[in-house]
Amino acid sequence: MTSYNLNHLKQLESESIHIFREVAAQFERPYLLFSGGKDSILMVHLARKAFWPAKIPFTLLHIDTGHNFPETIEFRDALVEKYGCKLEVGLVEDSIKRGTAVEEKGPNASRNALQSITLTESLEHFKVDAAFGGGRRDEEKARAKERMFSHRDEFNQWDPKNQRPELWNLYNGKKQIGEHFRIFPISNWTEMDVWQYIKMEGIELPNIYFTHKREVVARDGIFLAKSPYINLREGEKWEEKIVRCRTVGDMTCTGVVESTASTMDDIIGEVAAARVTERGGRTDDKRSEAAMEERKMQGYF
Amino acid sequence: MEQVTDKAYLDMDLLRFTTAGSVDDGKSTLIGRLLYDSKSIFEDQLEAIEETSKNRGAEKVDLALLTDGLKAEREQGITIDVAYRYFATPKRKFIIADTPGHIQYTRNMVTGASTANLAIILVDARHGVIEQTMRHSFIANLLGIKHVVVCINKMDLVDWSEEQFEKIKADYKEFSSKLDIPDIRFIPISALLGDNVVDRSENMTWYDGPTLMYTLENVQIASDRNFVDARFPVQYVIRPQTDDEYRDFRGFAGMVEGGVFKPGDDIVVLPSGFSSKIKSIETMDGPVEEAFPPMSVTITLEDEIDISRGDMIAKPNNQPNSTQDIDLMVTWMSNKPLQPRGKYIVRHTSQEAQAIAKEVVYKMDINTLHKKEDDLNVGLNDVARVRLRTSKPIFTDAYKKNRATGAVILIDPFSNETVAAGMVL
Repeated sequence: MTSYNLNHLKQLESESIHIFREVAAQFERPYLLFSGGKDSILMVHLARKAFWPAKIPFTLLHIDTGHNFPETIEFRDALVEKYGCKLEVGLVEDSIKRGTAVEEKGPNASRNALQSITLTESLEHFKVDAAFGGGRRDEEKARAKERMFSHRDEFNQWDPKNQRPELWNLYNGKKQIGEHFRIFPISNWTEMDVWQYIKMEGIELPNIYFTHKREVVARDGIFLAKSPYINLREGEKWEEKIVRCRTVGDMTCTGVVESTASTMDDIIGEVAAARVTERGGRTDDKRSEAAMEERKMQGYF
Repeated sequence: MEQVTDKAYLDMDLLRFTTAGSVDDGKSTLIGRLLYDSKSIFEDQLEAIEETSKNRGAEKVDLALLTDGLKAEREQGITIDVAYRYFATPKRKFIIADTPGHIQYTRNMVTGASTANLAIILVDARHGVIEQTMRHSFIANLLGIKHVVVCINKMDLVDWSEEQFEKIKADYKEFSSKLDIPDIRFIPISALLGDNVVDRSENMTWYDGPTLMYTLENVQIASDRNFVDARFPVQYVIRPQTDDEYRDFRGFAGMVEGGVFKPGDDIVVLPSGFSSKIKSIETMDGPVEEAFPPMSVTITLEDEIDISRGDMIAKPNNQPNSTQDIDLMVTWMSNKPLQPRGKYIVRHTSQEAQAIAKEVVYKMDINTLHKKEDDLNVGLNDVARVRLRTSKPIFTDAYKKNRATGAVILIDPFSNETVAAGMVL
């Protein structure tokens, strides 16, 4: 007898495709949150698979802090062009101008927290009823309890103690007017799965994921890339290192790691040997033990 | 343990398992141990829990802290919700649904068990089989889990006694004979010290069976799915309507939930009863020669027939039950009890219908497995047999035959909450 078996990556792929299709069927105005990071690039790939040969039936939404790696923006625009996607951009700058967000001060100032404000404003503006995010449960312990279909009330709040049970692959996307859902189709993927799959599928990534020379400053145990948004503290100095990004977020809070990984195989080898989680390079999570949970309750992805 | 190499990952399969237990029986410690010994814990995670352990005055690192995700849980030292954990060995990737074991959290146990291939049931070697053990086993059985590993934990606290192990094993076997779990295994362990979790115990040389990790890596799950009864619930209709070669493409997207489909197969579509042949099975990577569970594919047919979301594609000689009267075992998940004759929304595969709870036949005492016919009030965490009448036909199989086409959820039409999980009898 033939053995019908799918490897773990194909099983994860199928689960994610099922979720994309389910959302397209259950919601009226789904948007896909696109950050330019590998997880959101993976999401676009899976969404294309879900609806092929038709185009992705929803719009990409980028919440732009203005503090991105320039390579990320170039990559984003090229991807949108290549696959004929629609893109909307929500600018944190606009929220600051409107006075709904206030810039942080000090040497660790980051617009990361302000993203939540611009995000909720954008979701309201576009009347989004389902927003796809690339969050994974292995990233952080508050995410470990996140649902695939995660309900948000009219104040955009997540109520972790009162989540709907999620059984089998039966997803309940019912909601009142004004409420919406955050959808996490790659919840069950780990960092390793993402890299292995990207390799298996030959998915293109921005070049900052691979080794390059860059000026960085060592701060709080991580290296931050040189950018106009970072002011040196006393005693700090820029130094050139051979680095790459493990995650891609704001230049103000995303650490780069010393690495010579120039191919996908190098990266997979590095991930396999890594002793620090991906988010370990992010200062935003280090603010307190429950930092992620608190930000999520306020509307963060 | 070996690290996962990129050569191996294309052959790795996936095992989902659930662990049910309470704070006291060492469940979190066991999971912490599996993650720790399989090198799935990173330095920063370890640092964080070391610091927390120190702050609380604990002498050594509390591995249980790794699995307590929510603030309220860390404060109270309990697990409230289902948490998902991940680890991999060169053989398999594992997804753990870590659920609280206390009776008031039955709904979480059911949620975790719904997608699991295997259940780990923890028994404290000092206390043996208790009510909670039976409850967990009953739920594993109810949710159709075919493999149960009974881990008799804290063997260090009973002097590694073989006699105690054998006694608990015999007790468990006696009670589980009332259940229908085809594969039950017993392993004596100490999660705290690591005996028989990943590495063989030197304290229990009398035990010559496999360790827990070996069992998880090698248990055969490939044949657990139903590859006989072909079922394809249509999830979404794909019509590109572009100007290219796909101008007239009309495909039915969905996940295969049973059996095997091939191009050329005769099919029937429910509820219309129209029949056709499969023209092709499409994916973005090209057409495939066969589709089986749990593949997500897009099927095109030879004939133009009207098909929409919620329809079921099956084979003419093998069709699901098409019925408006459904007999279910339900587990109730809401604070608001089941309303006799109440209206609910039922979701089944890609279908949705109105439903009335026509009758509660009996309620189960999930600790003793007795049926109660005198108390038919179904509230939070209760398990009961219920008859539903739906507004239109639903295409079901018995849950025992197919865990996808035999499963439903009930939704309260006013609060939109998921109030129950149902298994078709």
